[in-house]
Amino acid sequence: MAEMAMRAAINLALREEMRRDERVIMIGTDIAGGAQGSSGAEDVAGGVLGITKGLLSEFGAGRVIDTPISEMGYMGVAVGAAATGLRPVAELMFIDFIGCCGDMLLNQAAKIRYMFGGKSTCPLVVRTTIGAGANAAAQHSQSLYHWVTAVPGLKVVVPSNAYDARGLLATAIRDDDPVIFCEHKALYDFPAAAVEIPDASYTIPFGEANFVTEGTDVTVVALGLMTHIAAGVAAALSGKGISVEVIDPRTTSPLDEESILESVASTGRLVIVDESAARCGFGQDVAALVAERAFHALKAPIKVVTPPHCPTPFSPPLEQAWIPSGERVAGAILETMGLDPALAAA
Amino acid sequence: MALSKSQLLEAYRRMRTIREFEENIHRENTTGEIPGFLHLYCGQEANAVAVCMHLEDTDYIASNHRGHGHCLAKGADVEGMMLELYGKADGLCKGRGGSMHIADVSRGILGANGIVGAGAPLAAGAALTAKTLGTGGVAVSFQGDGASNEGYVFEAINMAVMWQLPVIFYFENNGYGEFTGHDHVVGSKDIAGRAAGFGLPAVKIDGTDFFEIHEASGEAVQRARAGKGPTVIEAVAVRFYGHYEGDPQAYRSKEELADVRQNRDCLKILRQKLIAGKKASARELDAIDREAVDLINACRETAKSAAYPEASTLTDNTYVSY
Ligand SMILES: Cc1ncc(C[n+]2csc(CCOP(=O)(O)OP(=O)(O)O)c2C)c(N)n1
Ligand SMILES: [Mg+2]
Repeated sequence: MAEMAMRAAINLALREEMRRDERVIMIGTDIAGGAQGSSGAEDVAGGVLGITKGLLSEFGAGRVIDTPISEMGYMGVAVGAAATGLRPVAELMFIDFIGCCGDMLLNQAAKIRYMFGGKSTCPLVVRTTIGAGANAAAQHSQSLYHWVTAVPGLKVVVPSNAYDARGLLATAIRDDDPVIFCEHKALYDFPAAAVEIPDASYTIPFGEANFVTEGTDVTVVALGLMTHIAAGVAAALSGKGISVEVIDPRTTSPLDEESILESVASTGRLVIVDESAARCGFGQDVAALVAERAFHALKAPIKVVTPPHCPTPFSPPLEQAWIPSGERVAGAILETMGLDPALAAA
Repeated sequence: MALSKSQLLEAYRRMRTIREFEENIHRENTTGEIPGFLHLYCGQEANAVAVCMHLEDTDYIASNHRGHGHCLAKGADVEGMMLELYGKADGLCKGRGGSMHIADVSRGILGANGIVGAGAPLAAGAALTAKTLGTGGVAVSFQGDGASNEGYVFEAINMAVMWQLPVIFYFENNGYGEFTGHDHVVGSKDIAGRAAGFGLPAVKIDGTDFFEIHEASGEAVQRARAGKGPTVIEAVAVRFYGHYEGDPQAYRSKEELADVRQNRDCLKILRQKLIAGKKASARELDAIDREAVDLINACRETAKSAAYPEASTLTDNTYVSY
């Protein structure tokens, strides 16, 4: 066992899977970096965020492929390769660029198995980054996992810590369906996401939620970075005698509906904290699930805490107001308990 | 294309102002006061300035992530830009956009852009407007060598040829897309040559030579204004700094980094040519240098002390309040 940051855990999982199966390849823009630069140094970057550093040195340019800035093209290449015997891990630098490669994911990767009568598979993983907080503004801050979750045929993972990231990425690479693996940029070096992980490789099944805290008064469903905000609020409120159960579904597709429903059945209150969208997002989806299937268990209206329905602003104070804050989450929890949300600030 | 002395001095001033703006950001970035990603234009100034000298406020440019120089050359307010980079309420985009999204539509700037290559179809769209409404306007997209590999850039060039749009696709080939060399990812190793296959004039020029850029882009703009369709220009340029601020640039040799500063600095080259051609004296140019430094220092101080936007304005310019 050793404590590891999420960035290192993802790098490790990629290495383990590439060692385990020679059909696993990596493809993306600057995932190695340095090719044909004047210094001759290679493997200088490991992607703009440094996650894949060292893979080129270990596996060579035949399996770690730096592409032109041609997202539609290389994503299509990855889909075609996945359908014919390779197991590509394609990197989409920011999920905001999904428009630049959309068709290959939505109409090709997602549909191949079903449209071909179940006679083909598409073992593709798209590693991509999500999340605001880096003052990266409207085109580099979105959390569009709800878009891909809406497409049948795609599986979607949103890990919140190093342990989950390693195990879920291993599962994703061994899975025969296309998986969109959404890494929150703020979690790579986030202290609370750096946790103890075993020495040996392991997998975590999709569709199994993690109970971050157990509690009896209010259920909070949160993903990625939001899991940590929710856990912080849960700890603070426990001091005030309020018991919060934080559930991290870990995969939005497939979704562990049963864990959410069981938790709400016992607490009777639900708050969802979601960075994706104020409308038609993951939060509204979970709210609808509970409204349909556990309505009678509810003691109070469901609360969904999201950013407002506007692009991510650049300026730091605006961006901080945009991201769901602990204060808003605490306020929502208190409201479901019929308490004054202003208590959250106290 | 003959240039008057005042035009030449103005060109030098603009290039010098952009250089100072960028060098200032490079220094200030270490203080942590400038939020977000920063991609500096140092080394490429001659391109933005020489091209934009042919353009009016009613003409459009679409820029990229390395957009400070393009916007300043097209007439964006220097102080408004600095305020925007610091995320302040009085910035050109009211602090909403920042470095990668600076826009000033009153000056015909369709914005810097965080999506590589997006400017090419946008500029073609501006050219379609100009052609359809008969404004006589033209549009220029500025993008890098890396952007030349995006499919929608190819698509835009093809449509511009089909519809004979008044647009110039200006590729600044600075040798790198992020950390990857141009030769690794451009199969033909020749952006202009590849573009020519679309059926339009496509030229490769020296992007460190103000005069060569001015000449080539002037011809392209004239052709566009005369209704004779689009042009591709590939300018072989140099990037002084890393891809973004903070990039340690291990992929570039010390020799290359020294060489681009010593021998391929477009500002130095212009200065030498102006003096050698007796177009300007060293004293006149020194005075411009000082004025540029003073201007940028003043803008920086204004930007630093200016107010951030109020959180209550977060959803301004949206059509709903949820
Ligand atoms: C669609 C898209 N893909 C990838 C990126 C990430 N990215 C930003 S700048 C850049 C390199 C662009 O290179 P080039 O076009 O040569 O411009 P330069 O930075 O050299 O000025 C990349 C890959 C992006 N912003 N948008
Ligand atoms: Mg470039």
